[in-house]
Amino acid sequence: MNPIRPIGRAFLGFLEATGRLVLFALVGVSHCVRPPIYPRLILRQMIDIGYYSLPVVGLTTLFAGMVLALQSYTGFARFSAEGAIPSVVVLSITRELSPVLAGLMIAGRIGAAMAAELGTMRVTEQIDALETLSTNPYKYLVAPRLIAGVSMMPLLVLVGDVMGVFGGYVVSVYKLGFNAQTYIVNTWNFVEAMDIVSGLVKAAVFGFLVALMGCYHGYMSRGGAQGVGAATTNAVVSASILILIFNYLITEMFFAQ
Amino acid sequence: MSAEPEKPRDDRPPKIRMRGVEKRFGPKEVLTGVDLDVRPQESVVVIGGSGSGKSVLLKCILGLLTPEAGEIEIDGKPVTHVTGREREAVNAKIGMLFQNAALFDSLPVWENVAFGLIQGQRMKRAAAKEIAIQKLADVGLGPDVGELSPAELSGGMRKRVGLARAIAGDPDIIFFDEPTTGLDPIMGHIIDDLIVHCVRQVGATAVSITHDMPSARRISDRMAMLYKGKIIWTGETAKIDESGNDYVDQFIHGAAEGPIRMELRKL
Repeated sequence: MNPIRPIGRAFLGFLEATGRLVLFALVGVSHCVRPPIYPRLILRQMIDIGYYSLPVVGLTTLFAGMVLALQSYTGFARFSAEGAIPSVVVLSITRELSPVLAGLMIAGRIGAAMAAELGTMRVTEQIDALETLSTNPYKYLVAPRLIAGVSMMPLLVLVGDVMGVFGGYVVSVYKLGFNAQTYIVNTWNFVEAMDIVSGLVKAAVFGFLVALMGCYHGYMSRGGAQGVGAATTNAVVSASILILIFNYLITEMFFAQ
Repeated sequence: MSAEPEKPRDDRPPKIRMRGVEKRFGPKEVLTGVDLDVRPQESVVVIGGSGSGKSVLLKCILGLLTPEAGEIEIDGKPVTHVTGREREAVNAKIGMLFQNAALFDSLPVWENVAFGLIQGQRMKRAAAKEIAIQKLADVGLGPDVGELSPAELSGGMRKRVGLARAIAGDPDIIFFDEPTTGLDPIMGHIIDDLIVHCVRQVGATAVSITHDMPSARRISDRMAMLYKGKIIWTGETAKIDESGNDYVDQFIHGAAEGPIRMELRKL
């Protein structure tokens, strides 16, 4: 047997899967901007993604900020550069940690739930039932989740930014002995609008990716409970990997000299 | 094994017409040229063994699957490759009872029944709820059931709710996918009677698929047998015992011996 054949087959399979995903995304996005829109469903998804994820994202970024301040201190103290801690914390949190950590947490919490819900609907013929009831499943199931993902993630990341900086402040002031006012002034003076904007752009992209992968894997799932389980795993893994890849690409776009 | 020439019951054009419909999944040929006519307001049951392609046949008519070849017409209009808004318009005339009812878990029972009215026909929720309660009554369920979640219903109740949803929009055509599967014989009989009652009440054309022969006899005017992707016999239900077709005879008697061989994987 020709050894090139399996490689070629795998490559064609990859292209086919990519094409299917892109097509799914395009159809999903096109239904976001074409009526009818389902405000009730969008609102429900917004509450699920935005409101119920607040504790997870808030806690994650709070402790990330605290650890960051602590670790920075142990490093910077060697060079007597402790004064840089507020700037390191605020830059790391707004540009990277808040959007990436929030993205990964939402991938686990929301991406998995979307894949499981749509996967179960697929294998129990509920998606077929939607079509027979003259309701487009992309419009009814996919579009509200994409809209909610893109709109809610930036808000979550904004909260994450505040919580992360607050975590750094708490450790710096109450454990490392920083002056509270100086810490806040340094933070405020150092952060730029672009730092926050880049984080929010990342958040919107990550929100889209999480919702897309959750919907795609759920919608395409086959084969009963095992298929739904596989769809859930694939949704979380693929969303997490895509978040890390797109994080680099967006960072490159905003900050590469 | 060829299909007998079908004698028309009346001169009206068929409600559903299938000619040479073929469907395959990869190398597996499921439908290999299905010809079938269903006339207005008649109830046709497609019988056939497990894996004979009955569900695929139904999904092709509903537009959930697209055949590789052949033509499907509803009310004289080709619908084989119809998509988007046009397909939604076609489906607005159709009701469907799925095998496991396929109720939406996230919605209460009444909203399941009224779903097509609210989402498809853009009816006001209050008006749709009134109709839903009426349809639930038609299938023997009280208004209190409307407030329950589908997870709280028994198998028989789920089928009834599925039936209420199928008739909610007063459809021209209703499809039934294995309507009695998973039910005890008494509940199966009750569901069959409800199907006959509801189809007559709405004045709809009905197409069912099943391998439950007592159920098929109760709900059909005419039967068609699907075997190896083709309709190999059609005829009136009253005459199925004198079909003269060995395949049909074996199937309706559930005989292990006969021309139909179950494809078993060798150990």
